[in-house]
Amino acid sequence: MANKILVFAEQRDGAFRKSSFEAIGRAKQLASEVHALVVGDSAGTLAGSLGAYGADHVHVVEGETLKLYHTEGYAAALSAAIEAVSPDAVFMIASAMGKDLAPRVAARQQMAFLSNCITIEEDGGAFQALKSMYGGKVFTTVKAVKSPVMVTLRPSSYPVPEASGGEAAPAALTVDLPGDGRAKVVEVAKKEEGVLDVQEAEIVVSGGRGLKEPENFNIIQGLAEAFEGAVGASRAAVDAGWIDHAHQVGQTGKTVSPKLYVAVGISGAIQHLAGMRTSKCIVAINKDPDAPIFNMADYGIVGDLFKVVPALTEAVKKAKE
Amino acid sequence: MKIVVCMKQVPSSEARIEIAGDGLSIDRSELEMVVNPYDEYALEEALRIKEAKGEGEVIVVSVGPEKAKEAIRSCLAMGADRGVIVTDESYHGGDTLGVARVLADVIKGLEPDLVFCGKLSIDLENDGTAIALAEYLDLPHVSLVNHLEWSENGAGKASREIEGGKEIVEFVLPVVLTAEKGLNEPRYASLKGIMAAKRKPIEEVTPSMGAADVGSEASGVQILRMEPPPERSGGKKLEGDPEETVPQVVELLKNEAKVF
Repeated sequence: MANKILVFAEQRDGAFRKSSFEAIGRAKQLASEVHALVVGDSAGTLAGSLGAYGADHVHVVEGETLKLYHTEGYAAALSAAIEAVSPDAVFMIASAMGKDLAPRVAARQQMAFLSNCITIEEDGGAFQALKSMYGGKVFTTVKAVKSPVMVTLRPSSYPVPEASGGEAAPAALTVDLPGDGRAKVVEVAKKEEGVLDVQEAEIVVSGGRGLKEPENFNIIQGLAEAFEGAVGASRAAVDAGWIDHAHQVGQTGKTVSPKLYVAVGISGAIQHLAGMRTSKCIVAINKDPDAPIFNMADYGIVGDLFKVVPALTEAVKKAKE
Repeated sequence: MKIVVCMKQVPSSEARIEIAGDGLSIDRSELEMVVNPYDEYALEEALRIKEAKGEGEVIVVSVGPEKAKEAIRSCLAMGADRGVIVTDESYHGGDTLGVARVLADVIKGLEPDLVFCGKLSIDLENDGTAIALAEYLDLPHVSLVNHLEWSENGAGKASREIEGGKEIVEFVLPVVLTAEKGLNEPRYASLKGIMAAKRKPIEEVTPSMGAADVGSEASGVQILRMEPPPERSGGKKLEGDPEETVPQVVELLKNEAKVF
């Protein structure tokens, strides 16, 4: 078992990213002492809740320049926490924030860097991770041969631990914060409320070229809503300008492994299959019975998506009642 | 304005990848190799900035084998002015941070105003090289840039993709930026560009630090094994009237896959 793991608990607007609890839960299984770090302008007020997810010690860095994510400020805070705690490893989520912060700090602290890990194991003080390479066409097991280790974990790789009655009193960490004159977030623009990210959703419904028109993403949206899932898309649909790249699943988009993946009007190019093949259950809907996507699907429906999807949407709504 | 674009030559995303006999690498013998797509967005944006300003230089920097010069040549055909490459194999095989240190060493001497990289290399799926490079160059960075604007005084405003929205980041030069898909639509090289590229220089350089500090020996990460992804085979394929097939699938999702 590792001695200490420090988890960077990501928050925005006073709410933790759900996946941060996953990282704490996994850290708890691997280390005898779990430290968490919360950074923000009023981080102290929410830090207390982390004890319930398994944090033994919670460190807080507050500052006016930390209200919005600020790479240099957050990097200074995390570096200071690493120096204060001396952990064997630092865990964080491979989110837009985690991916931005981790390499900077790994370079500064001369750490071994394991990014985008699907699993993370520890054996006799050595950390091992499973990583996707070549857009999911190869799975590679890598080992850190330096200490400490910086780990970014893919969202949804581990379950969120059940909240217990555990408590950890937040302790303030004083950090000499850099100014924000070189690069500064001036605005965070949100899309409509309730839009789920494809990497964090338990169910993803994706549309492809078979939809024929951008407007027809409405029916994908409808099915995704019925499942309470996220909307994904193939590269063809994104390249045609039908939907934003944030939704793209595949080698030049996001790699997903939800509980259920529904591919609608997607024939199954190799780079798309690589990005979704680790989904627990795959449903494909396509009019071409020979589409490669069917070779990967647990359940395939050969048929006209414009008839099948609305029928499926209604059936799912009924089944959920 | 001097712009450095970092570029890696990678197997095409359409390529079928076979694991080599040693189980630690891939079989490269018959792979179609291309410019990493995200680096292509970075290059396209660099060329547009130079064109808008009407002056400047775009330098493509790469760490890779002799063969990677082909990819540099493609970049020159798109419009880059020259290439710089570290072909010495003893500097290859390091981890993300090792490669970033090699790049930093080479780029420091070029004194760029802007360093543009792809957000990720699609081969090893490393997404930390550019950001570690910024740290080693002691420059700020903005990652996952999908929109970019410039003001009169040379300061920039970038939009970066985050979960469920975007962040708008203001920055000053010099800076390291990483390109996300959606930033632009890369151009195809023209015949004239391809001809011109043949005369543009590609310089081989050796970093100032010893290879032992950054190569495979110094790597903080070791590959233990490579495996193909878990096999998946097609399951039940239903054909016929949606009135029949849809309820069957819902039943299977409920009772067999237990999705509900």
